[in-house]
Amino acid sequence: MGKKILLAHDHVPGIQGYQVYRENGGYASVEKAIKTMTSEALVEEVKKSGLRGRGGAGFPTGMKWGFLAKPEGVPRYLVCNADESEPGTFKDRYLMSRIPHILVEGMITSSFALGVNTAYIYIRGEYYYVLNILEKAIEEAYANGWLGKNILGSGYNLDLYVHVGAGAYICGEETALLESLEGKRGNPRIKPPFPAIAGLYGCPTVVNNVETLAAVPFIVNNGGDAYAAVGIGKSAGTKLISASGHINKPGVYEIEMGITVEDFIYSDEYCGGILNGKKLKAVVAGGSSVPILPADKILTLASGEKRLMSYESLADGGFGGGTMLGSGGFIVMDETTSIVENLFTFARFYHHESCGQCSPCREGTAWMEKILHKIMDGHGTLADIDLLWEIQAKIEGNTICPLGDAAAWPVASAIRHFRSEFEEYVKNPNSIKKVKHYNNMHNLETA
Amino acid sequence: MSDIKFSDETLAVANKIIARYPEGKQKSALIPLLHLAQAEFDGWLSQASMDYVASLLKIQSIEAYEVASFYSMFNLNPVGKCLIEVCRTSSCWLRGANEVIDHIEKKLGIKEGETTADGMFTLKTVECLGSCGTAPIMMIGAQYHENLSHEMVDGILDQCKTEANRKTYLDKVVVDKY
Repeated sequence: MGKKILLAHDHVPGIQGYQVYRENGGYASVEKAIKTMTSEALVEEVKKSGLRGRGGAGFPTGMKWGFLAKPEGVPRYLVCNADESEPGTFKDRYLMSRIPHILVEGMITSSFALGVNTAYIYIRGEYYYVLNILEKAIEEAYANGWLGKNILGSGYNLDLYVHVGAGAYICGEETALLESLEGKRGNPRIKPPFPAIAGLYGCPTVVNNVETLAAVPFIVNNGGDAYAAVGIGKSAGTKLISASGHINKPGVYEIEMGITVEDFIYSDEYCGGILNGKKLKAVVAGGSSVPILPADKILTLASGEKRLMSYESLADGGFGGGTMLGSGGFIVMDETTSIVENLFTFARFYHHESCGQCSPCREGTAWMEKILHKIMDGHGTLADIDLLWEIQAKIEGNTICPLGDAAAWPVASAIRHFRSEFEEYVKNPNSIKKVKHYNNMHNLETA
Repeated sequence: MSDIKFSDETLAVANKIIARYPEGKQKSALIPLLHLAQAEFDGWLSQASMDYVASLLKIQSIEAYEVASFYSMFNLNPVGKCLIEVCRTSSCWLRGANEVIDHIEKKLGIKEGETTADGMFTLKTVECLGSCGTAPIMMIGAQYHENLSHEMVDGILDQCKTEANRKTYLDKVVVDKY
């Protein structure tokens, strides 16, 4: 068994409630931080821990905290990004619904470290029932003196609220999230200025993922070095992996970074192997946005060594032969899977979720969906495959936010590694299983 | 001014939400209040109900329209009492989402995006609901129905028919089943 930091108590009966959480060591980090530590010392511990943003980008959390501007007389905000919407990712939902207090505790300790007096959790609208769980946990935290005025007699005040979204992947991008939290459409902002300088209501703001903030109590209780000692190299600590697709045991697993991909897929401790004894064909290792890899490349590096579950090892080989840890949305596909059809579901997703602000993304995602639709319908040509390649290359790097890149990478990698499958669709249209396509353009969302 | 307005109970909830944001930033409450409006006013946002929400927040109506039309959970047309939202993205597709959608279409005699003649069901396909490990999945109101078989779908939809209340995102649901 690997080290458990976030899910150490996830199966303790009653852990959702305050009493049991507290009995299992909950809120100790708030006590330690407020009674014995300065905010500078707290930021220092998080820097030492090597904790990196768990939403997908992997940016060092302590460094992000260090960038927070602290002008006199201007409020600062901490916003938790609970807009988990990356296809393949459901770890934050599990964590929040199972152990809501770990997020509340992490936010209180982090807010104290950042000198924040108002914090928000932005949760995707579809998780409305999780919002109710979080609100109950927050109510309990207020009732027990962990939130509100003069926490633990220190003079420190903090209010924590949950804010609900309404269905928009783009709001997981931090500046779109802030726009949405201000009651606007989720159009990403041009950076700079970064949120650390001008974020929510134009004030200095830190936006961190659920899993990132939930790791803070361990770091404060045990020290940054203790966290850094877990994992491998610059991939410190544990990571929640959402495992789905053709595997025997889908679910959320907390892994110590550095285990092999092979072990993760085939060991009974994790995914338990491929469903129905089939062979592995491909894996999307870090959520829909990251490059898809065929079985041999996801299991083994070009050097012949086994690939590991870590930021560095998954990225080994660059975009030609590697991928990314991303959000940890690990989608497994067996030998019967059509890569073209799977890509169509991704392309349709990005078309639906593009905010429409930048033309390469707005137009490009629509065209990629259309061309894939055409190929799947048996009307594609070889030139269409090249056209797909060209479109994705023109989106990448040419948009305000990373959604454009996220839409381009799955297309590029699918063609790079599985071009022959696209060609098969074009050359033998009669062999294609006739599939039904559910299109974007139903009339419910537009007046 | 139309006569659409929240019940006293909902208005109290709305005011509590508005108070979460700093002075002068009450527009932040727009999305939460549109959710309240959609749940209270028949499951969709008419122009009148969006105007009402805008008036509560002292913002222009257009500010409510532009937000309502951006987010996929807001319905700008009437929907059935049970809005069935089936996820269709990768992991759900791998585990049989298209077959679930086909099954529902056949069972209800409607196509994706349509509402049954009796106004009971609307079928909508949606993007990733964050339930990939328990795919395929559909959402009705606030309730996630996971690891769906066609028999389960039948049972759930038959059960919906016997219930008088409209399903909303604000419903309190049983959750602890891990």
